[in-house]
Amino acid sequence: MNKILLIIKREYITRIRNKTFIFSTILIPFFFIALVGATAYFSHSNSEELNIGVYDQSGLFIGKLKSNDNIHYTTVPRAIYDSFAAKSPVEPYNGVLYIPQLDIEHPKNIQYIAEKQLGIFSQAQVDDDLNDVLEQERMIRANIDTARLSAIKTNEISITQKLINEDEENTTANAAVSSAIGYMSGFLIYFLMFIYGTMVMRGIMEEKVSRVAEVMVSSVKPFQLMMGKIIGIGAVGITQFLIWVAFLVIGTTVFGASISPADVHQLADAQAQTKSLAIAGAMHQVVTQLNIPLLIGAFLFYFVFGYLFYAALFAAVGSAVNEDPQDAQAMMLPITIPIIFSIIIMTRAIANPTGSLAVWCSIIPFTSPIIMMARLPFGFPGTVAWWELALSVACMIGGFLFTTWLSAKIYRTGILMYGKKASWKDMLKWAFRK
Amino acid sequence: MHLLQLKNINKQFATQKAVDDISFSIEQGSIFGLLGPNGAGKTTLLRIITGIFYEDSGEVLFQGRPFDPSKDVSLIGYMPEEKGLYKKMKVGEQALYFGQLKGLSYTEAATKVRYWFNKLEMNTWWNKKVEDLSKGMHQKLQFIITVLHEPKLIILDEPFSGLDPVNANVIKDEIFRLAQNGSTIIFSTHRMEQVEEICDHIVLMNKGRKILDGTLREVQQDFKENVFSIELNDSFDLPATTDIYEIVSQKGNQYNFKLKEGHTPNEVLQFLIQRQVPIHSFNEVLPSLNEIFIKLVETTPAARQFENA
Repeated sequence: MNKILLIIKREYITRIRNKTFIFSTILIPFFFIALVGATAYFSHSNSEELNIGVYDQSGLFIGKLKSNDNIHYTTVPRAIYDSFAAKSPVEPYNGVLYIPQLDIEHPKNIQYIAEKQLGIFSQAQVDDDLNDVLEQERMIRANIDTARLSAIKTNEISITQKLINEDEENTTANAAVSSAIGYMSGFLIYFLMFIYGTMVMRGIMEEKVSRVAEVMVSSVKPFQLMMGKIIGIGAVGITQFLIWVAFLVIGTTVFGASISPADVHQLADAQAQTKSLAIAGAMHQVVTQLNIPLLIGAFLFYFVFGYLFYAALFAAVGSAVNEDPQDAQAMMLPITIPIIFSIIIMTRAIANPTGSLAVWCSIIPFTSPIIMMARLPFGFPGTVAWWELALSVACMIGGFLFTTWLSAKIYRTGILMYGKKASWKDMLKWAFRK
Repeated sequence: MHLLQLKNINKQFATQKAVDDISFSIEQGSIFGLLGPNGAGKTTLLRIITGIFYEDSGEVLFQGRPFDPSKDVSLIGYMPEEKGLYKKMKVGEQALYFGQLKGLSYTEAATKVRYWFNKLEMNTWWNKKVEDLSKGMHQKLQFIITVLHEPKLIILDEPFSGLDPVNANVIKDEIFRLAQNGSTIIFSTHRMEQVEEICDHIVLMNKGRKILDGTLREVQQDFKENVFSIELNDSFDLPATTDIYEIVSQKGNQYNFKLKEGHTPNEVLQFLIQRQVPIHSFNEVLPSLNEIFIKLVETTPAARQFENA
């Protein structure tokens, strides 16, 4: 036991002192924010800016097409249309919209003539703009007062969810905030499992290639060496996570206080893509609505055990390959597939947290760390039932024991096996022989 | 007393028998040479002794009772052939780490590391990273790490490879000193001249089998071919063959001759003295370990054949 502690200490200290650790601790949150921000920005902003000339023979649209940030409509004379039609574009127009004489009930043959094709968003925008004008015109012809109609159509109802098995004060969190937290936790676990899992694998490869393993194994049991490495690196991961939590707490107390709940609602109701952005502002509200201690506890549990579960597998791979990093890549694939698969399922689980796919994947230990963390913010006990969490936790611990047992057997043989690269068949043979 | 006894050790790998029914015993305080050509199974056998591998059958007795890796490992120091150290770790920290893994407390380890670093003039290396060391320095550090915890049994797999003669002598002296202080040393190599200098007892392995076992003296006696060497003060025309001997080689005034069956060295001397041959020296020529080695190994195909790999 004492020896495991020594190994853990060495793994922990050499890694904490490493510059890479310091940089990654500081840079990963920025990278993370930048990633989420960039996704939101690019999916939201339409970078195409168009200046469209409108040649309207019908006269229905003149002066009624509303320009916006991206698309600017200008009424143009026939000459410009002719020029475009003759394949010679006229500055400053990107294209010409040709509207012939129309039957207002069956509008046809509206054309856009340009050198370059419209982007999918821009085309949808132009279609919408034209349809708006047409709708207005039809209403006028049908003698409908548009002002009154819009007053009638104003939506004022937004349902508040209240789930029967929740305490009165434990009101349901806003679904947007829940999914944002779900995404964040899922992705964070994914990153941490990947980064630290491969770190275990590389550490073991290094020990094998430099033949340290042989000296070590003559002093300690292979199992102690493997567990010492896994636990030591895991401790580095937890340290890093706690530093980020500290960042977050400091960040939210400094910035979060200045944001009013009204802003938060506005932010949270924004489009799906901006949900993640809303999270920083939503912290204030979240604190009152979510079971934060449960989430942090569950996060730590699923991070620790998900990490242990996969790190053992990564350790087995690390012990089976030799110098060639490409071998490692190929052997890693069967391990990385379930992790990547989890991320794909996570989006489904967040859209439908009680669906059977989400429920079962949050119980199977290969996917549960990510999927359960994506589901939990939607409410516990409620969306996630007691038995589901209990079964998931039990499966996770059982799974960790199994992969550790399996990997220890592979590791024991693999770490001292030089020369030819081990195949999956060899590894199974090592695992199941006495 | 036997520190280590091996009884009918077998180890089969997928395609071949690496260790085939090996038995021998090692006396406490002796320097034991495990010899053999490349691929003879020496390293596998050493790994079984250190508890890295388990034998398929047979028994390893350490201090008279079955070897228990979890307890006895702190009494053994193993220096593998390919040197294994953490490249990015500092020299001093590394030595301390391995010392503690062998069961020393931090302060004990620190004292001992300091002692050895002083002794081998390595004090200035303390804060260097291992990757900055030369091969010889690496080797010295590995040696210190192996003997730091004063093990009863020290196993050195090719300890001199990569060392210059000066450093090789430093290590050799330390090996002698450790043996004098009661440590038992197993020493594996295929360099015979080192064995002749150091070892008391040798075992020669080939293709996983033991083909020779005994003290250096016994082995040489067993393989001697009744060849004697005589050096004369003056040139003298010795008869090339007589009833008693046959000259096998001549170099200046030095003759090597082989005694014929049923005769003794005294008869030769008598024969020479009667003829008033001016004898300067007379001694027996014992075969070198190298010759014995080559002779034994050559009779079997040197390279192992893989059994329908």
